[in-house]
Amino acid sequence: MLKKKKAILVLQDGTAYSAEGIGACCTKAGELVFNTSMTGYQEALSDPSYAGQILIMTYPLIGNYGFSKEWQESDKVYVRGFCVRMAENAPTHFKSGSNLDKFLQDNEVGAIVGLDTRSIVRKIRNKGVMPAALQIHEAGEEPDMKTLLKLAKETDYSKIDCVTGASCKKIITHGEGKIKIALIDYGAKGNIINELLERKMQVMQFPHNASAEEIKKCSPHGIILSNGPGDPARLGAEVNEIKKLLDFPIMGICLGHQLLGCAAGAKTYKLKFGHRGSNHPVMDLRTKKVAITTQNHGYALDEKTISNGWEITHLNLNDNTVEGIAHKTLPIFSVQFHPEAHPGPRDSEYLFDKFLKLIKDGKNA
Amino acid sequence: MPKLQKIKKVLVIGSGPIVIGQSAEFDYSGSQACKALKEEGIHVVLLNSNPATIQTDTSMADTIYIEPLLEDVLEKIIIKEKPDGIIATMGGQTALNLAMQLHRKGALKKHNAALLGTEVNSIKLAEDRGDFANLLKKIGEPLLDSVAANTKEEAFEFAKKHKFPLILRPAFTLGGTGGGMAYDEKEFEKLLKLGFTLSPTHQVLIEESVLGWGEFEYEMMRDAHDNCITICNMENIDPMGVHTGESVVVAPSQTLSDGEHQMLRSAAIKIIRALDIIGGCNIQFALNQKTGKYVVVEVNPRLSRSSALASKATGYPIARVAAKLAIGYSLNEVKNAVTKTTPASFEPALDYVVTKIPRWPFDKMPQSERRLGTQMKSTGEVMAIGRTFEQSFQKALSSLDQKLPDMSKADLKFHLSKPTDWRVFAILQSLKNGATAGEIVEQTSIHPWFIHRLEAIVKMEEILRASLDERILREAKRMGFSDSQIGKLAKKSEDEVRKMRKTHNILPVFKMVDTCAGEFEAKTPYYYSTYEDENESICKDEKKVIVLGSGPIRIGQGIEFDYCCCHASFALKKKGIQSILINNNPETISTDFDTSDKLYFEPLDFENVMNIVEHEKPMGVIVQFGGQTSINLASRLAENGVNILGTSVDAIDLSEDRERFRQILKKMNLRQPENATATNLQQALAAAKKITYPVVVRPSYVIAGRGMQIVYDDEGLTSYMDEAVEVSNKKPVLIDKYIDKAIECEIDGICDGEDTWIAGIMEHIERAGVHSGDASCTVPPYRLKAEVQEKILSSSREMAKEIGIVGAVNIQYVVKNDELYVLELNPRGSRTMPYLSKATGIPIVQMATNVLLGDKLSQMKISEPQLSYYAVKSVVFPFLKLPGVDFILGPEMKSTGESMGIDSSFPLAYYKSLLGANLNIPTSGIIAFSLKKGDQERALPLAQKLEKMGFEIAATPGTASFLDGSKIIHLNKISSGEPNLESELKNGKIKMVINTPSKGGRSHTDGFAIRRAALEANVPCITNFEAAEALIDAMEVAKENNLEPKSLQEYWGK
Repeated sequence: MLKKKKAILVLQDGTAYSAEGIGACCTKAGELVFNTSMTGYQEALSDPSYAGQILIMTYPLIGNYGFSKEWQESDKVYVRGFCVRMAENAPTHFKSGSNLDKFLQDNEVGAIVGLDTRSIVRKIRNKGVMPAALQIHEAGEEPDMKTLLKLAKETDYSKIDCVTGASCKKIITHGEGKIKIALIDYGAKGNIINELLERKMQVMQFPHNASAEEIKKCSPHGIILSNGPGDPARLGAEVNEIKKLLDFPIMGICLGHQLLGCAAGAKTYKLKFGHRGSNHPVMDLRTKKVAITTQNHGYALDEKTISNGWEITHLNLNDNTVEGIAHKTLPIFSVQFHPEAHPGPRDSEYLFDKFLKLIKDGKNA
Repeated sequence: MPKLQKIKKVLVIGSGPIVIGQSAEFDYSGSQACKALKEEGIHVVLLNSNPATIQTDTSMADTIYIEPLLEDVLEKIIIKEKPDGIIATMGGQTALNLAMQLHRKGALKKHNAALLGTEVNSIKLAEDRGDFANLLKKIGEPLLDSVAANTKEEAFEFAKKHKFPLILRPAFTLGGTGGGMAYDEKEFEKLLKLGFTLSPTHQVLIEESVLGWGEFEYEMMRDAHDNCITICNMENIDPMGVHTGESVVVAPSQTLSDGEHQMLRSAAIKIIRALDIIGGCNIQFALNQKTGKYVVVEVNPRLSRSSALASKATGYPIARVAAKLAIGYSLNEVKNAVTKTTPASFEPALDYVVTKIPRWPFDKMPQSERRLGTQMKSTGEVMAIGRTFEQSFQKALSSLDQKLPDMSKADLKFHLSKPTDWRVFAILQSLKNGATAGEIVEQTSIHPWFIHRLEAIVKMEEILRASLDERILREAKRMGFSDSQIGKLAKKSEDEVRKMRKTHNILPVFKMVDTCAGEFEAKTPYYYSTYEDENESICKDEKKVIVLGSGPIRIGQGIEFDYCCCHASFALKKKGIQSILINNNPETISTDFDTSDKLYFEPLDFENVMNIVEHEKPMGVIVQFGGQTSINLASRLAENGVNILGTSVDAIDLSEDRERFRQILKKMNLRQPENATATNLQQALAAAKKITYPVVVRPSYVIAGRGMQIVYDDEGLTSYMDEAVEVSNKKPVLIDKYIDKAIECEIDGICDGEDTWIAGIMEHIERAGVHSGDASCTVPPYRLKAEVQEKILSSSREMAKEIGIVGAVNIQYVVKNDELYVLELNPRGSRTMPYLSKATGIPIVQMATNVLLGDKLSQMKISEPQLSYYAVKSVVFPFLKLPGVDFILGPEMKSTGESMGIDSSFPLAYYKSLLGANLNIPTSGIIAFSLKKGDQERALPLAQKLEKMGFEIAATPGTASFLDGSKIIHLNKISSGEPNLESELKNGKIKMVINTPSKGGRSHTDGFAIRRAALEANVPCITNFEAAEALIDAMEVAKENNLEPKSLQEYWGK
């Protein structure tokens, strides 16, 4: 039998957990967060919004149905480390071509396996998200506790530039539809593009730092501000460009929603432990209907700072945080949750239809 | 939308007696609904014929009718109570069918009583297979090709177009009654005929089979504002072809990718919207896991067995929320009762794995066909929670409270090739024997993921057999191995393993079921054990008591015991003592989130109970109310220093040890049927000779007469000793004289060590020899003389005191020629306590609990009830669901549930109780007699009475010769050709059969065929002469009196 790898996870408060390790041997630090989705681990691992973070899955069995190219949300893994209660390395799904261990190795990340994940989740719930460092090493070796502790203490998520690494580097064009959409990529999930392509739109994917002029030059019919990682407060330059684009129909998603809010003059703040999962109830305040949504964010728009020309359209029913805003007269809106799902419920896919309609009708959102 | 203001009074319909396919889950959902409505200030009227339910308690409903679940009864209650609405989605198929019948009659409209929640049209749409198929076609959801056949021609036309096997399901029956899979034309025709008979609409759905596809269920909720959520998805380990109630089920799904899960979830939402369901709904899908293609299998537009499981698996109180939605609330207006801060409009996230395993009655009915299919055969189920599948699955096996089978090679082949109750055991055994996962998948079509997990368990067994050290022990515990299992593998005793665990500090921690995977703080103290780091069950230093539950519903240990456990918990709460409940049955109220102060969802074995005791350090443990399961744990708990409240372990032994019990009765000058014990055949034959035949034989220490038989001669005794039981010095066989032609009766009482309070004498209607759980009985008695009753009361008081009962006691007697014989004393709460509580209006179990806590009866000042009316208990049998089993009553219990009839006279109460037990009592037509010698001679007066009432009489040759003086239709013996009783039953000519089998216990070919034919034709078959006498009297009285529903409160004068 092969000697198993070992793993050690050290939190900022000094607590350390040692258990089995799988994936690549490495030492990485990031903000420790948890996700409560019971399926969709591969979509999460490849979601650029997790850049700079170590992810705990609350569901204990991970890897059950394996890994497939079809389930990738980007071409690589963005999480810096992965924590699971039990890893299934012999998946049996007919689409699967890999397993958790191999998938992580291929993507140069490691996972700590077999620890009491729920106890860490409860700690984060009570104390808030915190930096942590994870090391995967061969069984015979000793962990480098000093480095780990230092990393855990010194890592500051709000100072990490996550977006640059998550965004595309140059303009990429997808599809050939008549309606042209500019997608500003702060770390976009693949399925946003798929949703647009399905609706016969052409997608021009712009790097996060594309200037408003560059975008206008392509004369898009509408603009999508994508999801992405990190603290929105770091992205002043991006916000400034958005301000210049407000005469286009715009749809913002997650980080894109926060940036749109900032462009409208609002402020963001950090949530204690964020929203990450596939079960968050969000009410559309206009219809009073509730949708179950996929969420993945650690910051939110401050309700009190939403300026006059804008309206709050969606609320999270668990904690009443802002989940959507819209301009009162212009065809601009954004949501904090993920209508593109992957993972999670597809209940809000209609928002892409709504966006398409806005573009066609040119009316306010 | 806020609550509908006009709703002030609501009628909730229950599901009647526990039957296979409709168990305690509907008491659970109905009770939760009642509580949810009462919270809103709504007056709740409840109709149910089952007295052993919590929903028929005054704390649940305001006005309670224990009356038959029949159209005219319901209509009369509606006229009398004038409810503003009716909730029919909490009482299973029974309640739904009843409401639909009334709707079809136009009675709902006429009396202004609307169905709340899902509307009539939606129910029709979901339940009429043809309409449903059209609807799905319209919304583009794939359905299996099927036909709703109303005629044989339609059915055969469909069969021609498709390959066998085909699945047949009679429309509108519960638990798939009468359904099955036809592998050829002959089976097809047989099932078709049965289906037409059983379906109330004479419709049979025939569908192509997707045998081997994965089966997935989605529990959905929708409010009137069109908000839809999924509570839970569940995966059946057994692939398509086995009823979901018969499948081992896990939650959440384990093998679905996110894409597949969302595909099915979206389809479920589309369907619940198209059906316009308001409340809960269950949707089943079949998924081809090699192609990703799915089809919709079925929709239940109501709460179901699966919704009870989903509630317990997630912590989300589905019935409670569904009731709120029915009266107009939207999902976001209802609070999540677990977190108390977040709304109910979310989808639970699990951070554990739940496994459900059904409990089948084959141990009690070995003649039954063990093959599983589309019809339910299981009586109950267990659920277990663990952090991995292995742990959850193994905890579920421990919860079954059943000996694991030993299987030969031939057995293995049999159980692997076709689904049976032993299939999972056969898989484990085959893996142990060296079979590969691939071979098992090939044979069973079970998804390889599950087989790999079972393989991991088998591998760990090998490791344990080889060596045991700290690391291996810890790993084994994390995989859910019990101490005794580890001990067996590592050749150590359970105690040694336990000690080793403690030495290495390998102790369980308790984690909370909180609906949200730890994301929010939860207020509901609902826990399961696992072997990890953090313990979440914080113990307060306050007075607390643990109540042991009764595990899965099985024949002999049904919902009655759950009722008792709930009441014990209520009594503790009232006293300000923290109540802690341990149980593993997901269908019951004892495992509801607010029944006790703390709930541990755990196997009821020594290891787990002791772990909780050591963690909680309660002042005592109550073992009296969980039936034999909990009382069997008493002695080991006591040996380990646990304080057993009430009757001491020694007193329990005194009543259960035949020899000690005999001595004490002798001392008290009480008579017993002559008896002896034997540890081998020679002893048994000698004892029987001395006692004289017939004798009742049974093993010691059993639940509900398991393995009990009446034998008439040496031959019978020899075969019993050889085949039926395991005998050892530790476990002797008990031999009692069978007192024939006598009356059996029993009492339930409470003793505080000095005084004994007796709730009532229950006289059995059937003659002695029928298990008390299978007998109908009445309180007060109708035949027993006053002086005999006096003697029963005084003997009971003496015995309870002498034996040292503290708490509940049940004593059974037999009376012959006014002479009293003691049969047995049960030092615990009995099956009849709920029935007596309903009959008398006194919360007997709560009184008993208070006594356990030290209260004296004399202080309570509750006089023994003297009823001015009759309350009769009748029972229901599962024979129709269990092909191959004969319908004969004897000392082995076979019934699954009970009903109660209550009225001013015995015959009327009996009549109502039989109607309540779903007996289809005729009012005209032909009644056939086929009696054994000894009964034949007594038949004439009965036949004459029936003729007077306008019935025609038919009889088989032997019986006919005694019916001179009555105009009879002569029937042949079956072997002499038609017309015989079987053929006439199949033709639908006979409306009731009175058939007393000779020498109970041995199936008689003619008799067996007759009884099965009656069952399949849904014709009452009375197999006991005394019961027939009482029934015919009751029919006579009922003919002259209108049956009037009257609430319990009216009877009690409260």
